Amino acid sequence: MRRTKALKKMLGLPYYLWSLFFILIPLGMVFYYGLTDRSGSLTFENIAAIVQAEHAKALFYALFLALIATAICLLLAYPLALILNTMRISTHSFTILIFILPMWMNFLLRTIAWQTLLEKTGVINGILSFLHLPPIHVINTPHAIILGMVYNFLPFMVLPIYNSISKIDRSIVNAAEDLGANGPQILLRIYLPLSVPGIISGITMVFIPALTTFVISKLLGGSKILLIGNVIEEEFTLTSNWNLGSGLSIVLMLFIIFNMILSAIFDKEGESNYL
Amino acid sequence: MKKRICAITAAASCMLLALFSGCAGKKEAAGEVVVYNWGEYIDPDTIDLFEKETGIKVVYDEFETNETMYPKVEAGATVYDVICPSDYMINKMIKNGLLQEIDREKIPNSKNIGQQYYDNATEFDPGNRYAIPYCWGTVGILYNKTMVDDPVDSWDILWNEKYADSILMQDSVRDAFMVALKRNGHSMNTLDLDELTEAKNDLLAQKPLVQAYVVDQVRDKMIGNEASIGVIYSGEAIYTQRENPDLEYVIPKEGTNVWIDCWVIPKNAKNVENAEKFIDFMCRGDIALKNFEYITYSTPNEAARELLDDEEIKNSEIAFPDLSKYQDLETYVYLGDDGDELYNELWKEIKSR
Repeated sequence: MRRTKALKKMLGLPYYLWSLFFILIPLGMVFYYGLTDRSGSLTFENIAAIVQAEHAKALFYALFLALIATAICLLLAYPLALILNTMRISTHSFTILIFILPMWMNFLLRTIAWQTLLEKTGVINGILSFLHLPPIHVINTPHAIILGMVYNFLPFMVLPIYNSISKIDRSIVNAAEDLGANGPQILLRIYLPLSVPGIISGITMVFIPALTTFVISKLLGGSKILLIGNVIEEEFTLTSNWNLGSGLSIVLMLFIIFNMILSAIFDKEGESNYL
Repeated sequence: MKKRICAITAAASCMLLALFSGCAGKKEAAGEVVVYNWGEYIDPDTIDLFEKETGIKVVYDEFETNETMYPKVEAGATVYDVICPSDYMINKMIKNGLLQEIDREKIPNSKNIGQQYYDNATEFDPGNRYAIPYCWGTVGILYNKTMVDDPVDSWDILWNEKYADSILMQDSVRDAFMVALKRNGHSMNTLDLDELTEAKNDLLAQKPLVQAYVVDQVRDKMIGNEASIGVIYSGEAIYTQRENPDLEYVIPKEGTNVWIDCWVIPKNAKNVENAEKFIDFMCRGDIALKNFEYITYSTPNEAARELLDDEEIKNSEIAFPDLSKYQDLETYVYLGDDGDELYNELWKEIKSR
């Protein structure tokens, strides 16, 4: 009995080592750099730096864009998940495959592809001018960034919601119909409350990457719009102020942890494990 | 049969040994050299040729800006043997003790580099002790003749509202400030707060007109007619003209930055001898010519210029400008940590607005 227990512990070893080297130690380093200055003495300046005009603005702008992108994702994903749920098994697995398929391609490539599509002389404007329609000016604006976020993160919203909707017992819906509930009533009083865990985990999985992104704003925003992710990235790569970069990362982490606590409260069944 | 098995096991164990010791057989004789260079800044064929001729394996890594290169070298997570930074960054690396002196006796082909380039290099490398010039050039304005009808001879054109949303600026602190400082007749190495604040306000005023802040993409966007005016390195200009004949390169009358990128050997290099061989190889006339034809950045290599068949390129004003014709040309100097911080702070203010 004792031996099997020891064996079980041994089997967990790779996981413990992995967590130690790739999660705990790096996290410890972030906190070390974030709480010290260049000479290595303790300071809270790097964290307090978030109130500086440029940093605060970048943070709020990132929050703002991430919120909009998450809301759009939710509005698009929920009806889609409902449609997926009504499909027959064979067609719905095919539809899900179509959804996941682009994710097999590199994230950067997909974003650069959007750049080519949206450019002034890009593909979309080429088609518009061929049809004698006025061109669109989307590239290098916040709209392009939101578009990039929605496009890249939509599957992360659809799949958890679909997962939780598909678990709803068909007979509950049938009972509601028998008792005279109409479409909107079924949606609001049955589907929506029962799919809250899926919605919450979908929101988490879209909001966090959208909040921290720096690639999308760089490629589709033409580096004209500074998000908090860009500020942190540039502290590491350009100004080589790792302390400030880590300090701001800690602040950003607080937002992420808050979001994850929220999702842990609602998502007890682990809908986000779908992917 | 048994013999064959023996031979196979012997071969297999040899291979295993080689794998674990990491330096058996041919590898021991030649070893490797770890090179850290700008993106798209070498003809890949020359690396193959070098590997074939010397048997030294080249591990090649790229960076996009001097500023991304520096912390990686300073942190020492990857140990490089040869790096190709620009002037002011070499200055910083020398001052912070990251480089080792180069013995030019061991790099005989370094005499192919014109004396004037060594003279220019003394600005950031006094006594030419650390750096061998690889490429040089100017920063200027690239514009599309079909889209711009004003005369282009001044940085002022970048503030012309007629070209709103059609202007590309460099997404790098020093280059962006250089444009604004030079336009006002100041030095690009200034630490004067008034001059810098003026430059910052100018760049802020310019931001609504700017289509995007980019680095390497200026090239593609100008070729694709996506923008009409862009700030670009002279070396890219020849390439873009080849792809899109409507483009023209100008050195503004207010003066600009003359830069030199050089090969250096970091202090912690593991394969110094191979690094010397690599630099020597890159300084060979025929190899420098191959690189010039591929990347089109001006070469300081006189032997390579002699080998050029194309008279048009040999006498090109863009590739080999007569610098005595221009005034107020400057090279970047390292401004110290405080100076860097000041520039970065101001740049962040511009970017976040």
